[in-house]
Amino acid sequence: MKPVYLDNNATTQVAPEVLSAMLPFFSEQYGNPSSMHSFGGAVGAHLRRARAQVAKGLGCEPSEIVFTSCGTEGDNTAIRSALEAQPDKRHIVTTRVEHPAVLSLCKHLEDKGYEVTWLDVDSEGRLSLKDLEKSLRKDTAIVSIMAANNETGVLFPLEDIARIVKSHGALLHTDAVQAVGKIPLDMGRLPVDFLVLSGHKLHAPKGVGALYVRKGTLFRPFLIGGHQEGGRRAGTENTAAIVALGQAVELATAAMDEENTRVRALRDRLERGLLAAVPDSRINGGGAERLPNTLSIAFKYVEGEAILLLLDRFGICASSGSACTSGSLEPSHVLRAMGVPFTFAHGSIRFSLSRYTTDADIDLVLRELPPIIARLRQLSPFSGKEGEAAGFCSDHSH
Amino acid sequence: MWEYTDKVMDHFLNPRNAGEMDNPSAVGEVGSLACGDALRLFLKINDAGVIEDATFQTFGCASAIASSSALTELLKGKTVDEAKALTNKDIAAFLGGLPKEKMHCSVMGQEALDAALKNWRGEAAPAPAAEGTLVCKCFGVTEETIRRAIRENDLKTVEDVTSFTKAGGGCGDCIPDLERILAEERAAMARPAGEAPKMTNIQRMMLVTKVIEEEIRPALKKDGGNIELVDIEGATVKVALRGACVGCPSSQLTLKGLVEKRLQEAVDPDIRIEEVRS
Repeated sequence: MKPVYLDNNATTQVAPEVLSAMLPFFSEQYGNPSSMHSFGGAVGAHLRRARAQVAKGLGCEPSEIVFTSCGTEGDNTAIRSALEAQPDKRHIVTTRVEHPAVLSLCKHLEDKGYEVTWLDVDSEGRLSLKDLEKSLRKDTAIVSIMAANNETGVLFPLEDIARIVKSHGALLHTDAVQAVGKIPLDMGRLPVDFLVLSGHKLHAPKGVGALYVRKGTLFRPFLIGGHQEGGRRAGTENTAAIVALGQAVELATAAMDEENTRVRALRDRLERGLLAAVPDSRINGGGAERLPNTLSIAFKYVEGEAILLLLDRFGICASSGSACTSGSLEPSHVLRAMGVPFTFAHGSIRFSLSRYTTDADIDLVLRELPPIIARLRQLSPFSGKEGEAAGFCSDHSH
Repeated sequence: MWEYTDKVMDHFLNPRNAGEMDNPSAVGEVGSLACGDALRLFLKINDAGVIEDATFQTFGCASAIASSSALTELLKGKTVDEAKALTNKDIAAFLGGLPKEKMHCSVMGQEALDAALKNWRGEAAPAPAAEGTLVCKCFGVTEETIRRAIRENDLKTVEDVTSFTKAGGGCGDCIPDLERILAEERAAMARPAGEAPKMTNIQRMMLVTKVIEEEIRPALKKDGGNIELVDIEGATVKVALRGACVGCPSSQLTLKGLVEKRLQEAVDPDIRIEEVRS
């Protein structure tokens, strides 16, 4: 069965053009770009090209790009660098809905004695700029706010955020892993200091990413060793993956119009169709500005894992904000931060599309999902009428 | 992705005995929408005490639905006494095993069965549990459920307790309680059945002091009372009641029902309380 892949915020297929661009670096072009012979040096030229491709996609200079192994490495490097470079500043500002790459790191830093302000979001997943402004202090070393949420697709207003943060003199980092290639991000207009992207979210392979560091920003490397990446990230370059990333960013930039027209229209059709076909359903973050490819939809009275496993019978790949899929016992931290009622949070499903998504994919979901929800609701002891009151165990103190 | 057995997937995709029952002899309900899973079990029990039919309604993940289906299959044809002996391990074994993190689904089956049998005997429904008896407030898990899961499944770590009962899987505030309960149960399990713990006099005195200081005194203080440990002679613990307890008409009840019982549980079943008036 061919998968109907609607889980592109988790990872994406490698674009055929990207795969063919990277393959020679596994076979004939295996040289080390640092070598003092033309066989290795030739590979260096391809790295320079890839750096230029990524820089062009972000509207920055090639020297401002540091290649990394993944998004998590970029996030860790940026935040730790900001703290190490400003030892007198011990305060961090971030949000409650960040990806674990930032969330868990900030919790770790909190345990190590840094002070962290956790910004709340409203029921649509939006940030309060007033709260942000109030949180900033003289000793704020860095503000880390994602560009787009991976679970709901909700966008944070980076330009407004940057204006506020810069006027207070703090460094600004944004995890843009879900945003790059989907919405325009121009470093010329957006005064962020660090921006992180990841290859496998934009049709490059896993194991490569990039960190943008604005020229002139104080920087302390995370990996210390050789002179690679201008001394900002030691370790022999993953040449094949870096070439792939350059190619992927170029393709994504070219496809951005399609992402915001055709892909958005597919997402909107899926959203409207499901809302119309399934009673007691709602969109998580539906009132906010969102990525064009992401739909987080919640079905009352049913549980997400059961939905995913039944979708899987049709080859449909999606993901869930429910507790049961992750091995944790509570719904996702993002849905909880938004105050999504538990009755909906457990039944939340995320569909994330890509430029490879077709009309037929959407048709299949619209045909198969409503009966799945009906079937699970039939099994469930909660019906539409009594559901709210049918709590058997004591009230939760969440 | 979870590695479910073929049998789990079969009972999830083709649940047996799903649906509400007309005129059931007994109904057992556990869980809630907020908890993330819930099970309503219906039993038809004949005059001879044989379970003629069992059906269920379940809100939850694949393993919760499969565990419910397995439970009903296990129950049909059994006598009430046979059903009483059923544990969550039987449900998991019927399904060819469950991932450890999903074992709480089998425990939910056992709890629904308990609730249904209580309902059949005409006892009051066990839920909602009083706030005070809950160890895990996030998931509404009682101390009794936790102790039983530890004993019947030979649980060794707090993570195991969370996997099997969900307790501690929310805010985590109850994890110190889980550690204490686990240590107590492990200590009790390490002793041969029926044998009293072997303690030196010093150990016994220290444990008595600890239980009084950490558990009994705070409980009495809530009502304005207090207690003083006067002496320990062998298994006899001499105490004096203070504060509001003095002259309280139920003070003897407090001594026997709370102080003596708790010390017998925690230290030694032979302990006797003697009140010293001063």
